[in-house]
Amino acid sequence: MNRRANRLLAALGAVLLVLPAVADNYLLSIVTLFLFFAYAGQAWNIMMGFAGQLSLGHSLYLGVGGYAAGALYFHFGIGPWAGLWLAIMICALSGAAIGALAFRYGVSGVYFTLLTIAFAEFTRVGFDHFAWVGGSGGMFLKVAERDQIDLLNLRGTPAMFYYVILGLAAAAFALSGWLLRSRAGYYWQAIRENEDAAQALGINTFHWKILAITISSAMTAIAGVFSAFYYGNLFPEQIFNLSRSIEIMLGPIIGGIGTLFGPILGAALLTLVAESTTEVVAALGWETPGIKQLIYGIVLFVVIVLLPNGVWPALARKLKVTK
Amino acid sequence: MSVDLVILANVVIAGVLTGIVYGLMALGLSVIFGVARLVNFAHGEMMTLAMYASVILFFTLNIDPFVAVLPVATAFFVFGYALQSFVIHPFVTRPEHSQFILLLAIAVIMTNGLLIIFGPDSRAVSLDTLLESIELGPVLIDRGKFYAALVAFGAAAALFGFFRLTRTGTAIRACADNWLGAKIVGLDVKRLYALTFGLGCACVAVAGCMMTLLVDLTPALGPAYTLLAFVIVIVGGLGSMSGALAGGVLIGVSEALAGFYFTPSAKSMFSFSLLILVLLFRPRGLLGNKL
Repeated sequence: MNRRANRLLAALGAVLLVLPAVADNYLLSIVTLFLFFAYAGQAWNIMMGFAGQLSLGHSLYLGVGGYAAGALYFHFGIGPWAGLWLAIMICALSGAAIGALAFRYGVSGVYFTLLTIAFAEFTRVGFDHFAWVGGSGGMFLKVAERDQIDLLNLRGTPAMFYYVILGLAAAAFALSGWLLRSRAGYYWQAIRENEDAAQALGINTFHWKILAITISSAMTAIAGVFSAFYYGNLFPEQIFNLSRSIEIMLGPIIGGIGTLFGPILGAALLTLVAESTTEVVAALGWETPGIKQLIYGIVLFVVIVLLPNGVWPALARKLKVTK
Repeated sequence: MSVDLVILANVVIAGVLTGIVYGLMALGLSVIFGVARLVNFAHGEMMTLAMYASVILFFTLNIDPFVAVLPVATAFFVFGYALQSFVIHPFVTRPEHSQFILLLAIAVIMTNGLLIIFGPDSRAVSLDTLLESIELGPVLIDRGKFYAALVAFGAAAALFGFFRLTRTGTAIRACADNWLGAKIVGLDVKRLYALTFGLGCACVAVAGCMMTLLVDLTPALGPAYTLLAFVIVIVGGLGSMSGALAGGVLIGVSEALAGFYFTPSAKSMFSFSLLILVLLFRPRGLLGNKL
């Protein structure tokens, strides 16, 4: 990154900071969604983009994180700031356990990806029959006044949620940037490019891969907690769904796997595409379930065929922000 | 025989028959992976497409699925051949995750395309000729399931024969064993890959036509069957043809038993736990040979 990149970043940050003062709730909800996927994409990118481990089961951590904090609030009235730690702990542990099992037994590549899906699907069906948190009927968190800010219980106005997710997205960006330049980041990239060579150089690949999946799953748990309190409800069929995992990874893939700005740019592009599709479809009267996902599919297809490295590397050259 | 035992026999036989159709579906996936090293993440979606083709032929032209098998399988062979030649082939040398995401994009497009065209309502084919069960002593066998399994088994046997007995089949097996070697002796690897993908799609088309007799059809079936196909081939052994059929029967029976003794909605949990166990302790699958 150079000074041009820093200036661009500062401008983006300034716009996002003052946005609630000028935007209506509708626009704010769209930007909140964009920031949510920018955050979750950043978390997924640490595993795939940095360490080269393709997970298609990140909905597992989203759901388990959301349910952990949600259930504490629902059953015991314990607020999300305390529940958050439980969510992070459970997800980091399950991520580490899945990673340890998989990497210990040499499950890698496509097999690893299928294993992540299997764990997520297994948990989804499990939660469908988990009566304590409502089973397939879902769990509903108490809705508080929409105009009062109760930051302690994460109940409040859209602007409050907006600033929470803005803070999270900024923190994830900073953390990723730091990780990428840390010892771990270089080891991960070595593993991503050639695991055997990395191991031959004396890198304990098992250890570093576990670290990647643990950090990634812990970060995704926070996204789950946010999602649970933002929407106020949890359904296993939705939050554990394979399509959630796909949505999480779409941003970084379209933006550029392994880059810092990729997840942000990808999430922005996707939100833009989704919203404009919704508008156009509504204007033409074509409203029908599935059209948004169809457009997602086409965008994904076009990007993977034409720009396999994502949009950001190409855009960065145009903007002259890379060294 | 006691009543319990008769019920158990009914459940197991139904599971075996469904499992053979599952096996044929998974066989398509296994063949494509075994030869082209390509993970067809759109496999269940392709089967759902075949099911729609069969259902539409049934409702518009009154062609029953046993006849529809031929045109649908032929169309799918051509579709698969073209897809591999024009879309997937450039990805052969790209990283694994790139191929995976390409097929995922195709899967998302197919599922939602079907949803937009046909809506979320479920459809089912019922043939009058299949209403009566086959009685085998005290055991009753569903006629539709029986014929569906018979057709699926026939298609699987034909594919086995093709790979073992014909020159082209041998050439494809050579490609699978040693890609570079196959190129050196002058085999047209690109065409053989396309042929294999076409055959895999034809398998899935036959399985899809037969599945219309077993389950109600909705556009949302795709992802679930993609996952099911993966579970079966990994349990049976990726790339192993007999493993796919055996895995299909195993999963079919375990689903039937889980649905009977617990609750049908929890049956996929058993399949997934089986998958997790096999991946961890016997990643080559139960009948898989060395990769």
